Amino acid sequence: MTSTSPTETHVAPQADHGDPARSWLARIAEGRAWLFLAGLIICFEVWSRLSFGATFVLNPFNVQSIAIFAVAPLLLATGQTFVIISGGIDLSLGFIMGLAAVVAAHATNMAGVAMPVPLAMMLGILAAVLVAGVPGLINGLLISRLRIPPFIGTLGMFGVARGAAFLLAGGTTVPVQNSWFALLGNGRLYGVPYLVIIAAVFVVVMHYILSQTRFGQHNYAIGANVQAARRAGIDIRGHILRLYVLSAMCAGLGGALYAARFTAGAAQAGEPLLLDSVAAVVIGGASLFGGSGTIFGTVAGALVIAVIQYGLVFVNVEPFWQFIAVGLVIIISVLIDQAQRRFSGARQDE
Amino acid sequence: MNSSEQTTPLLEVRHLSKHFGAVQALNDFSMAVRPGEVVALAGDNGAGKTTLIKAISGVFQPTGGEILLRGQPVTFATPQEAREKGIETIYQDLALADNLSIGANIFLGREPMRKAFGFLPVLDRKAMAVAAKQTMGRLDFHVSRLDAPVSNFSGGQRQAVAIGRAVYWDAQILIMDEPTAALGVPEQRKVISLIHQLKAQGRGVIFISHNLQDIFAVSDRIVVLRRGVQAGERKISETNHDEVVKLMVGG
Repeated sequence: MTSTSPTETHVAPQADHGDPARSWLARIAEGRAWLFLAGLIICFEVWSRLSFGATFVLNPFNVQSIAIFAVAPLLLATGQTFVIISGGIDLSLGFIMGLAAVVAAHATNMAGVAMPVPLAMMLGILAAVLVAGVPGLINGLLISRLRIPPFIGTLGMFGVARGAAFLLAGGTTVPVQNSWFALLGNGRLYGVPYLVIIAAVFVVVMHYILSQTRFGQHNYAIGANVQAARRAGIDIRGHILRLYVLSAMCAGLGGALYAARFTAGAAQAGEPLLLDSVAAVVIGGASLFGGSGTIFGTVAGALVIAVIQYGLVFVNVEPFWQFIAVGLVIIISVLIDQAQRRFSGARQDE
Repeated sequence: MNSSEQTTPLLEVRHLSKHFGAVQALNDFSMAVRPGEVVALAGDNGAGKTTLIKAISGVFQPTGGEILLRGQPVTFATPQEAREKGIETIYQDLALADNLSIGANIFLGREPMRKAFGFLPVLDRKAMAVAAKQTMGRLDFHVSRLDAPVSNFSGGQRQAVAIGRAVYWDAQILIMDEPTAALGVPEQRKVISLIHQLKAQGRGVIFISHNLQDIFAVSDRIVVLRRGVQAGERKISETNHDEVVKLMVGG
């Protein structure tokens, strides 16, 4: 921390001028999540070698499994990152994903009757994403027009989407009859699963939107100071509306990919993933009070959770320990974050 | 600028009234701000200062009277319209997004874009940083670390950023609501010197404060409001603290 006198003038040494996603606090938080991930992998590596004499991370099968395992929670978490940075939260994402998975299965099957297999697959995915946008739109309207707090509005939608998903699925899972869809969910390109490739491209696009567009910039501003954003002439209502549609569509894509991976749509597909998505965002360094967070931080957060869950199974620990471990990691992340903010809270000239 | 324009006020308010139901918040109030002039607005709580600045800055429409910009009558349906006409209000608080840089705050809501790789639109952070540096330089206010979020800066520096935003967008009239209220003494001095800069640039400033010390340090004239009416108007050089206080409380 250097003090700034009024006569002091220098150019910022960094190349990235004022990118909130790259501000030093965010950089530390994001870096911390990646560091944590590295530490975690080393722990499991040592554990695995000592217990079984086998490598953990150098086994490509493990890496692949973890990556596939992380895809769905990551898709939910990228949407959740946007929402949490804006100062909100989206509790409906899990069942929107389930709804989308069921829609993807039904739509692909129905389209498959009348058209070629690849086209039916694409139509199924498109239908899943678009249908997911509907509850997102309702969330956005409730929150922006009727001023319902995000926690309550999306909690209501959590129930509605859940019921709708189960009704649409007829209370069971809906199998998908489409060879391309199955290939998408389980095939590989040069050894890399298609699902992982899709998720990687998606993450890059979302990072671009958050860090390089006006939408992203306004999202940070709204999360930090909605009053200031309004006074600056930002259309808050329109932004919030688009925001919840975006997060719901992320869940929609997650649902479609779920249906591809398991060649079936299930209403409960995203049920355990909602809290994982919030956890990934928090572990990734975002503040639940809004205004900070990055997509790549969230990627690290999602991988941390996936490594814990997969790693504990790999070293043969009872699966229930996963919940405890993830829970502890969340609490520790928030504690470190708070300590850091307190430490850096002192302003330059005060 | 010829001499007749010199005397035309930047902003003039004539017989302005505003009532909320039966409550007369502002009654037949008139005042003017000329280029390079700082007019202090004083008055007790509830005297109508806030009502006046909200009417001028387009937050709500006056019930009666008119507002003239350089002699032309204007009406503002929204604060946005007032801002486009060059009237910027600077609030003591709630004006900045703390997590964004100076440049990002100056451009908030009007961010410049550039094309990366020739096709991909991205925020032009470099342009924002350059503009931030130049604008803050014009205010004789030099901060290092242009990429740091403004939460890293002191209250006075943040106030300077808010003023810098108005200057960058070429506001001709700045309404400053208690700009020194939340600041320590050295920081207050910085803001006062900023106001002198604005004055030297030929802008008009309406300065609202409870602090008579600050008012006498920076203003050319003082207009006192009491219960929605103009209780008096004095040149700073021809009045003193006692007289102003008497006008405010109605002695």
